[in-house]
Amino acid sequence: MQRKTLRLVLVYLVCILIAAFTLFPIYWMFVVSARTKLEVFSGPKLIQTSFYAFNYYRPFFRDIYGRYLVNSLIIASGNTLLVVSLAVLATYAFSRFRVPGSSNLFFWTITNRMAPPAVFIVPFFLIFTRLGLRDTRIGMILLYCIFNLPFAIWLLKGMIDSIPRELDEAAYIDGCSLFGVLWNVILPLAKPGIMTTAILTWIFAWNEYLFAAILTSVNARTITTGLAEFVTVIGTNWGEMAAVSVVCLIPAVVFIGIAQRHIIAGLTFGAVKD
Amino acid sequence: MRERKAQVWGLLAPTLFLMFAIGVVPVIYILYLSAFKYNVFSRVGMVYTGFNNFRKLVFDTDFLKSLRLGLTFVVLCCGIELPLGLLIANLLTLEFRGKGLFRTIMTLPLAMAPITIGSMWVLLMNPDIGPIPFYLRKLGIEYNIGVNPTQAFFTTVLVDIWHWTPFVVLTFMAGLSALPKQPYEAALVDGANRWQVFRYITVPLLKPVILTTLFIRIMDTFRVFDEVWMLTSGGPGTATRYVSIHLVRLVLQSMEYGYSSAMSLFLLYLTIVMCWLLMTFISSSQEAT
Repeated sequence: MQRKTLRLVLVYLVCILIAAFTLFPIYWMFVVSARTKLEVFSGPKLIQTSFYAFNYYRPFFRDIYGRYLVNSLIIASGNTLLVVSLAVLATYAFSRFRVPGSSNLFFWTITNRMAPPAVFIVPFFLIFTRLGLRDTRIGMILLYCIFNLPFAIWLLKGMIDSIPRELDEAAYIDGCSLFGVLWNVILPLAKPGIMTTAILTWIFAWNEYLFAAILTSVNARTITTGLAEFVTVIGTNWGEMAAVSVVCLIPAVVFIGIAQRHIIAGLTFGAVKD
Repeated sequence: MRERKAQVWGLLAPTLFLMFAIGVVPVIYILYLSAFKYNVFSRVGMVYTGFNNFRKLVFDTDFLKSLRLGLTFVVLCCGIELPLGLLIANLLTLEFRGKGLFRTIMTLPLAMAPITIGSMWVLLMNPDIGPIPFYLRKLGIEYNIGVNPTQAFFTTVLVDIWHWTPFVVLTFMAGLSALPKQPYEAALVDGANRWQVFRYITVPLLKPVILTTLFIRIMDTFRVFDEVWMLTSGGPGTATRYVSIHLVRLVLQSMEYGYSSAMSLFLLYLTIVMCWLLMTFISSSQEAT
């Protein structure tokens, strides 16, 4: 009994330590975002009692960050819509019919996801310039499919595979067409899986930085790219930078709140199931 | 039946077309560009040079240095994160109140934008405003990642540990909870101590999970970009100029598209080979057990 209590104390101690280490940088970001310039430079006090809301107001309403935010929302949502609809169609084919090469699907997903994005910036820069897709939202929406689409198919495959084939057969006998089965049988049953896929796709598109930095300049610039613009020669407005970082972080926190367990499964490549 | 087949291809067509356009065409384009000397600023335009770009690549000391630096980063990060993650996960096997909350906290770094993580650590590490240099100065340590190469390097390692150790902990926690109970009971009867149980039962049983996690971590640290870019941009000097950073800086500064393409192609090849080797290794070790 004594040993068990001791172990529990140790566990709590470790947990608190790790949680503190994980949360402190995020906490600090909030603290800086609530400070005036003077407060930021007058030494790092750990506690903040006042809140300087102008840091949040100015970048989004007086500067260009409002537009960056809208761009990010449009690009992430558009990409999610495109990826999920294409992935549902393709996954259904992969899951129910013999498609040549589908056994390499996993390897394809993995290599697409693991390749350094830096590798693709030269060809995309040249191709997008030629096609007039550079600095357009539609270009970014299409581009993000490169890492999101294979991932979405791979994620959905497990979920659609687990829907019993007998249901398809029954629907066929009742006179459903292929698309009828997809619409009336698969879609309703795969809804939770599709939601998870959509959330993860959205987060990845929202978080992307390198492609957006290279391929957009004014019209389609995203919030992550805007964040990187803060460090300038004439000095950085740290409070505002922290505020934009916080705004950048909000969607991730919201989605974790909604569907934490499913998100963990996706973020860890299915290594964490339950 | 023939009609059905056409419909199935109809389902696949949009995906195949899009993935060909954005996944395959760029690779072919890199392949093509890598055979040219192509600088936007030069008047001559594209000049065919055959394999010259690759010859240059093999002797490019800056590139080889970034490759070596990148691999050091991979080894260091994985070498710290995996044992640390295993230790923490092993400690947290028992049920306790607040485990769910702990997992939620651990998920946060995984869902955050890497660029936000970079800016967050800039706020902590900046020599003018950051608390870390401030308190270290009180201890008599001058800490400035903009000046000191060693400090910059280890700071990027620290940020990576902050970012990805939760991932390792979560995967290992899940792996541990799925392990069978009998070997542990048998070991208890035989009077094995904690270390022996860990060394001879937990680690071998968890091996597939450990290898998969290692695989994902190796590939991710190898291509690290956003956080380091935000934090140090590869500097000071070339202290944190890992492969991705080196490539991007080369593209942005020199505009040598032909040579950059050769480098891209080489890195892509390296990625595929690494993926293939690691996956073969994982599946063969799974068959062995």
